Amino acid sequence: MQEIFNIFVKSIFVDNMVFAYFLGMCSYLAVSKTVQTSAGLGIAVVFVLAITVPVDYLLNEYVLKPGALSWLDAGFADVDLSFLSFILFIAIIASLVQLVEMVIEKFSPALYTSLGIFLPLIAVNCAILGGSLFMQERDYLNVGQATAFGLGSGIGWFLAIVAIAAIREKIRYSKVPAPLRGLGIAFIITGLMGIAFMSFLGIKL
Amino acid sequence: MSTKHEKEPLFSARNRKLISNPLGMENPITVQVLGICSALAVTAKLKPAFVMAVSVTVVTMFSNLIISAMRNSIPPRIRIIVQLVVIASLVIVVDQVLKAYVYDVSRQLSVFVGLIITNCILMGRLEAFAMSNKPWPSFLDGLGNGLGYGLILIILGFTRELFGSGAIWGYSIVPQALFDFGYKNNGFFILPPMALIIVGIIIWIQRSRNPELVED
Repeated sequence: MQEIFNIFVKSIFVDNMVFAYFLGMCSYLAVSKTVQTSAGLGIAVVFVLAITVPVDYLLNEYVLKPGALSWLDAGFADVDLSFLSFILFIAIIASLVQLVEMVIEKFSPALYTSLGIFLPLIAVNCAILGGSLFMQERDYLNVGQATAFGLGSGIGWFLAIVAIAAIREKIRYSKVPAPLRGLGIAFIITGLMGIAFMSFLGIKL
Repeated sequence: MSTKHEKEPLFSARNRKLISNPLGMENPITVQVLGICSALAVTAKLKPAFVMAVSVTVVTMFSNLIISAMRNSIPPRIRIIVQLVVIASLVIVVDQVLKAYVYDVSRQLSVFVGLIITNCILMGRLEAFAMSNKPWPSFLDGLGNGLGYGLILIILGFTRELFGSGAIWGYSIVPQALFDFGYKNNGFFILPPMALIIVGIIIWIQRSRNPELVED
């Protein structure tokens, strides 16, 4: 249990998707103009990451890993399908995003209208595929740990995009040199925020 | 473009522009804001940056070519899935080649080879160019955008490795005398935040030289 909590906190602050691995930077820069829309996208990312990472974990554990198919038949013990992981992960992500979209539309039309256009875009957000690939690389022990990692990374991404959107809303009133306005200053702010987040390095619960 | 069927030379002025534009005025990273994730994560050293640039160029070229050849037979509703499948298959090929020939670099790049699939350059160029153009110009557009992306990666990798570890391509080039004199490598250049700040500075330099790119 403590290990799960540790992974959760670590993936929010220390291994933050944006500041430590630059994942999901495209939408992070494109959508972070107002706090409201960025919060919408952030929630959608938390949602999708918390679902896709455990599903991809199970897929990796029972289908793709070397010898993972041995539950089917002892003859499959040395089958290694890990080269298929990219294409299967992205297929799972694309279809889960579609499914999540349909479920939300059915049960919570209010949330659906506020997430609206962002949900389909999430399928090609690198933070989502990155979450699954990191999960595969780090060999988490069980579904609980994988879920904690997915949820934590999502929340970390959410914090990052809301923070930058808030700063960008304020910075409009500052005197930024003309060539730096917009994209340039957003990069430099992200760098400075990354330095701030580095102070969490080495946190352990 | 034209209704006449005159044969256009393979490297006509228009096609050459497809390659040269993305290197400067339409650079995928600094102007179109595409494919930033991997650009920053793999550039602590020059060698992985170079390998990444080559891999992305290969994948953009061929995914543009294939999607453009299929563009009239892809139903628009499911085009994203079709594009992802084509890209993912190409990335698997690249990944296996890297694992076979440059295993150490492939270890360093870790998940970022797989992340080429969701690199926005690919989807961006497929949607913006390959879906509405003939295969050969699309191929060149992929080449140009891959090179423009690679250019920024190599600038970043060069700067960060030079100041961060005093080396280029793994060979140290800062003379020992300088270290004896009190020079130290700036470890900050290796850390992730510095990559962002360097890109910020590249954008600053580019936009102050080309005022038409400035946003308000």
